[in-house]
Amino acid sequence: MIALKTIESTANVLMEKAAIEIPQDYLDGLKHTASVEDGDLSSFVLQAMLENYEAAKEDRRAMCGDTGCPRWYVKMGNEARIEGGPVALEAALRRATAHSTHAIPLRPNRVHPLWRTDHDNNVGIGAPEIEYGFEPDGDWIDLITVHKGGLFGTDYRMLFPSDGIQGIKRFFLDSLVAFGKRGLACQPAIIGIGLGGSKDACMVLGKRAACLRTVGSRNSDPRIAALEAEFKDLGNSIGMGAMGFVGKSMVVDCNIEVGYCHTGGMQMSVHAFCLSSRRAVARIHGDGRVEYRTDPDWFTAYQRRETVEWNEPQSQSMSA
Amino acid sequence: MERAAKPKHVRLSTNPVRDDLEKLSIGDIVYLDGNIYTGREGVYARAIEQGVPLPLDLPAQSAANFHCSPAASVEADGSFNMGAVTATASFRFSKWIGDWLRISGAKLIIGKGGMTSHDYQEHFVPNGAIYLTTVGYGTGALLGRGIKSVKGIYWREELGLAQAMWLIEAENMGPFIVESDLQGNSLFERENKRISANLAKVYEGTKPAVLRRFGETDDRSDELIG
Repeated sequence: MIALKTIESTANVLMEKAAIEIPQDYLDGLKHTASVEDGDLSSFVLQAMLENYEAAKEDRRAMCGDTGCPRWYVKMGNEARIEGGPVALEAALRRATAHSTHAIPLRPNRVHPLWRTDHDNNVGIGAPEIEYGFEPDGDWIDLITVHKGGLFGTDYRMLFPSDGIQGIKRFFLDSLVAFGKRGLACQPAIIGIGLGGSKDACMVLGKRAACLRTVGSRNSDPRIAALEAEFKDLGNSIGMGAMGFVGKSMVVDCNIEVGYCHTGGMQMSVHAFCLSSRRAVARIHGDGRVEYRTDPDWFTAYQRRETVEWNEPQSQSMSA
Repeated sequence: MERAAKPKHVRLSTNPVRDDLEKLSIGDIVYLDGNIYTGREGVYARAIEQGVPLPLDLPAQSAANFHCSPAASVEADGSFNMGAVTATASFRFSKWIGDWLRISGAKLIIGKGGMTSHDYQEHFVPNGAIYLTTVGYGTGALLGRGIKSVKGIYWREELGLAQAMWLIEAENMGPFIVESDLQGNSLFERENKRISANLAKVYEGTKPAVLRRFGETDDRSDELIG
């Protein structure tokens, strides 16, 4: 049984880590990007960002003033049991979000869409979002918080099989060029692409591709992995860098996730996880141990399964 | 790899005289000293559309308007805790900016992404104002370090923490980049022109989507703003 107070205290730590500490994979990716950038203004911007991450950690202050919209992904092993059940879990995550907003502090971004009511705590109708995933084994839960910012850099389009890879490329470029100007997408970013599903599922896939995979990870389908590498290079060949200045740093990495879709369609979404790619993860084991990390490890073989029944892959059962 | 010359760095008062601004070119890096206030759509609508008198003596107290909602909280004893500050995108405030420059006397508009050169020619140039863009846009922690003190918060009850007017004292706060000069030139638009020249080559081998959208353009020198 996982104690509720462990969940809430862990969630508070995660809120602070996400807001203040840039994940190492993104930092390494950005340092590489900065090392090859030769645009003078774009280079200046990247150096300022690298200094900013250090300042945030030294001062224990949020890395960006727009601290995004905190959200939660909860993944549960099939044997996990939570004190008080899922309703208590959700209350704990809402309490941690409100508490941390004041304590860190974060910007109280969340308002009612029409009445603009602000509770000054990032909690309200549907906020924070809490999404769930499950895994076949284990008595643990993974708490993942993502503080994604940005009103720009995201788009959706219904493409069709006849659009093909050329059409996917075009919409990818359109999204990067349109939102890259003046740096509206806060690039260089982790670009997540969702392909297939339905309109809502496609947006979810793309967002998770941007936020729940790390820089340097590759899709388990080798042909999709090759597309990811190709699209990363394509994005960096536009001639645009940080803030939309002349340069070549648009994409720190490109992650693609797919879902089966209607036979006539090929939905596509594009998401940009910005210069403040804020995510933090903790695994709480059944015995109360807590392990912190920055890789959500969301897209396991189970999450990408294609078959009716789940048959554990040979390689996994060997290592389990 | 050989790098181009580093941009020029300048310290600037938040109540600058015209001579200070005339020396600035687009692309210069600026660090600010003096008082800065935040103000965005909530403040603009209240001051301009509802005609509510300003709670600050502007521009005497500050001629620098930051399009910003700070990551900040007010403690039970009334003290402030301000962590990071970052700008919000300015193009959305175009419809108010002319009136605002006139009633506030602001000489520096600080924000994210700039405004159009049309806005600069129409509103900034006649009022002797320039636009400074934040960097990145995520240098919130660096900018937070430049805040010497939080002097007050105004219209908090009416507008909430995010939209209220915060008055802060800056010391060597930056970096910011000069996006528009006193002639109304735009750094972003200059960069866009240079980048557009390469786009046809990048798009080679792609084709328009089979299902079009109303309002769609294939002119990629266009911008989404303005």
